[in-house]
Amino acid sequence: MSAERKPVLDLDVSAARKDFPALHQEVHGKPLVYLDNAATTQKPTAVIDAIDRFYRLDCSNVHRGVHELSERATKAFEEARTSVKRFINARTEREIVFVRGTTEAINLVANSYGRSHLKAGDEILISALEHHSNIVPWQLLSDQVGTRLVAAPINDDAELMLEEFERRLGPNTALVAVAHVSNALGTVMPVQEIVRMAHDRNVPVLIDGAQAVSHLRVDVRELGCDFYAFSGHKVFGPTGIGILYGREDLLDRMPPYQGGGDMIRSVTFEKTTYNELPYKFEAGTPHIAGAIGLGAALDYLSRLGIDHVTDYERGLLAYGTELLESIRGLRLIGTAREKAAVLSFVLEGIHPHDVGTVLDRLGIAVRTGHHCAQPVMARFGVPATTRASLAFYNTKAELDALADGIRQVQQWFKL
Amino acid sequence: MNDIADLYQELIIDHSSRPRNFRPIGGAASSAEGYNPLCGDKVKVYLQMDGDVVADASFLGDGCAISKASASLMTESIKGKTRAEVEKLFSEFHDLVTGAGDSHSGRLGKLAAFSGLREFPTRVKCGTLAWHTLRAALKHEAGVISTE
Repeated sequence: MSAERKPVLDLDVSAARKDFPALHQEVHGKPLVYLDNAATTQKPTAVIDAIDRFYRLDCSNVHRGVHELSERATKAFEEARTSVKRFINARTEREIVFVRGTTEAINLVANSYGRSHLKAGDEILISALEHHSNIVPWQLLSDQVGTRLVAAPINDDAELMLEEFERRLGPNTALVAVAHVSNALGTVMPVQEIVRMAHDRNVPVLIDGAQAVSHLRVDVRELGCDFYAFSGHKVFGPTGIGILYGREDLLDRMPPYQGGGDMIRSVTFEKTTYNELPYKFEAGTPHIAGAIGLGAALDYLSRLGIDHVTDYERGLLAYGTELLESIRGLRLIGTAREKAAVLSFVLEGIHPHDVGTVLDRLGIAVRTGHHCAQPVMARFGVPATTRASLAFYNTKAELDALADGIRQVQQWFKL
Repeated sequence: MNDIADLYQELIIDHSSRPRNFRPIGGAASSAEGYNPLCGDKVKVYLQMDGDVVADASFLGDGCAISKASASLMTESIKGKTRAEVEKLFSEFHDLVTGAGDSHSGRLGKLAAFSGLREFPTRVKCGTLAWHTLRAALKHEAGVISTE
């Protein structure tokens, strides 16, 4: 976060809530309390309208037609790319690749960069807090080229042990891949230090930003990372669209990930020349409506002010943490000093699935399970947790409802 | 919250917090392990057969209230039954929790307490995990039985 911050008005949460139609409904006869934002976020009218407009008026393929609709679709699609570039402060649109989501972005790097730049014996260093999507692609790569996956441990507060991380950055480390924010527990990772340590040894860094972009200002130039991946649907945009940011010189040296239309300059049976960046990595007709929706989501978030969002959520997290800690028999998992608005917990004697089922009947949507982070669950000796993950449109009143709901769960189970 | 009351009946809460037959059987005739990868529920079912009849049944494992109560009540209800009777009981139980057929609550005895599950389709697997594992133990199937 930058030291100089422009003085701006606070976030008007009740006004912002009006922008999200799905928030205003009853579930099982109770007002919806949506606390599953780490799984996916709700969408503002600005996003829904942008997608609607594309399909109603501008629906056409991009980069091909000479007709008016194709021109409009191409313009909207490329403007969305510019919105993404602006949002993460990339240098140029050539560094912004549209993909299906974070998972595909990481798989793209594993396949393209991994298979062309890594060799047997090379190590890929991750953290013990990773989502399966930042573990399995590297294991697949290891099976193919003989690289090795190394995980740096976390402490009991679910913070990365930086000195242990640095110890594992050895002569064989060829790539670092870490989450910016842990999906299961909310830890904000010290990515700035990680990048510095890795770059001191000329090791490139990929950051999985899926859980960061909706909570924190992300400036890829300030971070200095080489790759940054995120999904549209976790930042108030549509599903099926995501971003791989890559430093231009790296992307330039990487072979295409998939072959097909749009990614080529010329094709003969003897030789194909590839298109320029970023199209080299965008084979086939892209998710045009998704990209336009994502652009609208990022523009919306920029209008609200991401720094306001961070400030507001910090207050919300502090309030929720205190509230949950006051509940007898509740243990918070993940108590890092630097945390995004995620409250992951276990209740003594009650399985998370039973907690989730009762809360659902009270209109409260939470996630229960291992959150696609089984090594994290194993580290804390629990099979699963209940996770309340917040967005800027959540309120203290909703956290009160959660705490009440948890007490009702305990009454059902007579604990 | 009426369906919550139907789901978490007194009997289910009781069996989940104080599971019966929650022990291994040393030298058991057969055993099998079940796993639900979606929620991490694990159960191991032990069987001691006397010819075609279940002489003793027990289980170990960890899971939600529904899966533990289901395993506990299952081990109680199958003792003294033949393989064919156990199969029939499973099929009636399965119909009950999926809402597939008419309620056989008369013949199901205590197992009828799981009738509320039909309103919670995402939780049906919690109720049937122990049963699928039991069937594997009856057939001496090797490996871990998965709900997926």
